[in-house]
Amino acid sequence: MTRKMTITLVRSMLAGMVVAALAVAASAEVPGFGVTIDNFTFAPQQITVKAGDTVTWTNHDDIPHTVTSQTAIFKSKALDTDDKFSFTFATPGKYDYFCSLHPRMTGTIVVEAGK
Amino acid sequence: MTDHNDGVSRRKVLECMTWAGTGVLWTISGGVPHSLGLVDEAMAADAKGLTFLQISDSHMGFDKPANPNAKGTLEEAIGRIKAIPTKPSFMIHTGDITHLSKESEFDDAEKIISEAKLDVHYVPGEHDIIDPEIKLYKERYGRGTKGSGYYSFDANGVHFMGLVNVANLKGGGMGSLGDEQLAWIEADLKSRSASTPIVVFAHIPLWSIYPAWGWGTDDSERALGTMKRFGSVTVLNGHIHQVMQKVEGNVTFHTARSTAFPQPAPGTAPSAGPMKVPEDKLRTMLGTASVTFKQGEQRLAIIDTPLQG
Repeated sequence: MTRKMTITLVRSMLAGMVVAALAVAASAEVPGFGVTIDNFTFAPQQITVKAGDTVTWTNHDDIPHTVTSQTAIFKSKALDTDDKFSFTFATPGKYDYFCSLHPRMTGTIVVEAGK
Repeated sequence: MTDHNDGVSRRKVLECMTWAGTGVLWTISGGVPHSLGLVDEAMAADAKGLTFLQISDSHMGFDKPANPNAKGTLEEAIGRIKAIPTKPSFMIHTGDITHLSKESEFDDAEKIISEAKLDVHYVPGEHDIIDPEIKLYKERYGRGTKGSGYYSFDANGVHFMGLVNVANLKGGGMGSLGDEQLAWIEADLKSRSASTPIVVFAHIPLWSIYPAWGWGTDDSERALGTMKRFGSVTVLNGHIHQVMQKVEGNVTFHTARSTAFPQPAPGTAPSAGPMKVPEDKLRTMLGTASVTFKQGEQRLAIIDTPLQG
């Protein structure tokens, strides 16, 4: 799927679908999982993926945010409105992350052993 | 008069100045900040001593619906500062000069703010240190500063401390000064007389306004603890894009408006994001501040002035 199609899909789903549906649909359509940022909140706040899966964060706020691993494993640049960041989790484990600009914003990716 | 009574009357004075503005005019009179009213009234009061201005949260580069022209409103604010009949001694900028730490945004800010023809003492907001290594902010404003950009200076017998509470933030926390800066604060104040008025300025509020939105600084109590012996401490912050104040003992806390966009009052919106207001209301919610210190008096006067209204 092209990037443009992906963006169109994500945008159209945002029109009304719940976040859980977004994550499921995204995983079916795109090789990866989606986390959205709305109102200074990562949603879903925790998701579980398999080793080798890719997670993509999309910022919908009018304020920039970052996706920063608590243990410095990954760190995005500042994501302006509608910017995305992806990371592929190769190793099983629990990955806590936060926004380094607004550190009250936190989330977790749980990575289980591969498929 | 007892200390208690003095505190109450001071609080009353401060309550009177809780109206909104584009700018804050701060008057320091003998140690405690107080408000004179609007900028024009303040000038009429013939404030002798030290008067400086506070601007904050310019967010150069912001172009979202809450204010598509943040550059224009900064230009308006600087235009109003230029029109003040008695030239202030200098200006402080309490951070978020830019929205995304881009070189072009820093350039725009510099070009507009320099029109005021005043020395400007900056501290960074979290939006100014997004680039790796904090290179762009430090190149422009970091000369002679320590650590992530903190420093102190003296003017008219008042000791000013520019602090940084937006660097190396920890997940789950709020603003943070960090051990190194806390040690520096203690050392910097050690040899100063308790009668020296202290003005502290930093981006994120140094008092807990609304922790759920991160509007506070985790280790601010440690910094304020080292200032307990001083008769007059004034804390000036930005970050929350609205005027708020509190007096606690010898410490006056005050936050200034943004020149770019308003943010909601604590807890009144799903998040602290930019607040879209009707076009004709926007300029009543943006502004600057002025502070005046008068020799021989015990109060600083802080005046918040909106761009309009």
